[in-house]
Amino acid sequence: MNIPGDLKYTEGHEWVRVEGNVAYVGISDHAQHELGDIVYVELPEIDTEIDAKEEATNIESVKAAAPVYSPVSGKIVEVNEDLEDSSELINSDAYGSYIFAVEMSDKSELDSLMDADAYKEFLEKE
Amino acid sequence: MLKRTPLFDVYKDYEGAKLIDFGGWELPVNFSSGIIAEHMIVRENAGLFDVSHMGEITVEGDTSEAFLNWLLPNNVLRMKENQCLYSPMCYSDGGVVDDLLVYKYNRKKYLLVVNASNASKDYKWITQENEWVKKELNLPEFENLSETMSSIAFQGPKSTEYLAKMAGAEVKDIDFFYFRDDLKINGIDCIISRTGYTGEVGYEIYVDRKDAPSVWSYILDTTKDKGVLPVGLGARDTLRFESKLPLYGHELTKDISPLEANLGYFIDLENDDFCGKDALVKQKQNGIPRSLRGCEMIDKGIPREGYKVFLDGKEVGHVTSGTKSPMLNKFCGLVLIKRDLGLKLGDEIQIDIKGKLKKAKLVKTPFYKNI
Repeated sequence: MNIPGDLKYTEGHEWVRVEGNVAYVGISDHAQHELGDIVYVELPEIDTEIDAKEEATNIESVKAAAPVYSPVSGKIVEVNEDLEDSSELINSDAYGSYIFAVEMSDKSELDSLMDADAYKEFLEKE
Repeated sequence: MLKRTPLFDVYKDYEGAKLIDFGGWELPVNFSSGIIAEHMIVRENAGLFDVSHMGEITVEGDTSEAFLNWLLPNNVLRMKENQCLYSPMCYSDGGVVDDLLVYKYNRKKYLLVVNASNASKDYKWITQENEWVKKELNLPEFENLSETMSSIAFQGPKSTEYLAKMAGAEVKDIDFFYFRDDLKINGIDCIISRTGYTGEVGYEIYVDRKDAPSVWSYILDTTKDKGVLPVGLGARDTLRFESKLPLYGHELTKDISPLEANLGYFIDLENDDFCGKDALVKQKQNGIPRSLRGCEMIDKGIPREGYKVFLDGKEVGHVTSGTKSPMLNKFCGLVLIKRDLGLKLGDEIQIDIKGKLKKAKLVKTPFYKNI
């Protein structure tokens, strides 16, 4: 299972890449594999204020829709528009395909996320 | 504990195969290739499905023909030997118990193939609960073979060519909705019908439960170099969806009449009395309340089962099935809506997708047609 060491992870299988004050959020390789072929990503609206653990958007596979939660609180400042017409990018490159980015209002929330080792252990237990 | 088919042990040979609970059965939603690739192989080449979970019931005896002709809205009297017939099976109020295939050996012997999730309900309905039984009319003998009979579906434009090499050239002479029970695959007796649930040329192969793994492996081993893949339930659903083949629990339920589901072609209202006839005749005379239509999203989003359909702010029905069509690469849905809206192809409706009204337009169905 592909779990890059430079990212943080949630129990909901989101990953976070931190660039300064901005958190880029996607779903893990494990999550894309569980969902199967992804056919639609509903992109959240820019400037939306969001709380940590709040539903930010939905990813739809052929069979079902799965919610994506924001790992951190703040304001949505970017969305990955490439996914609008090519949602399958998440299947082919889960870590290269962020879904949305949050300008964090409280960077200490990152401390509660898992590092790669902890996420790996979490997946093994799940 | 979920039920397993005799092919359960072969699923693990496919890395990435994902198992789900499908009406109490532990079945693969996809094998290694994923739903879309498995869908495409059936449209372009051929794919193999484990459909051993389906229920099989034999009907035997002097009154078999008369009983089935009463039990089912389609006309059993017109069937020839070795022919198959699709029919809904209705309650007396016209609601649907299940939809099924009838295989006719002769006037005294038939095989019914029913949906897995309905198999025990159907058996009870057929053998104990219907009016024929209650009137103590002469019943044929029934046997539930669901535990001993297994089935594999081999579907796709190349399936005839491949199967003829395995089961004999006679396969090429099996007409659409006919079957043979005197053919063998790798020495194993099978029933082979030219039927399926994909909208492609294809076959359903019935074997004894103990023989299912060897027939499965033989077909895949023989055709591996041609690119044939095992196909899971996910693609089975998207294939039947594109071809607008109804799925019980979605397009057909006890609360949806087969006329509403646009299955009038499979209901012979001129036939002798059958269970549900009065209700269906009355419905046809008084106006069929709803109609099953196809739509394509104009706005983005996937219309999923149960989502409400609106026209000019008024609720007019619901989505029965919806997905992204792999062949059309469009978000499509089947909607059961009021019939008297006067809507034409191309007209706009709205679908409530997670609280937002998204635009869609009515389109021709089947969404995709190859044969």
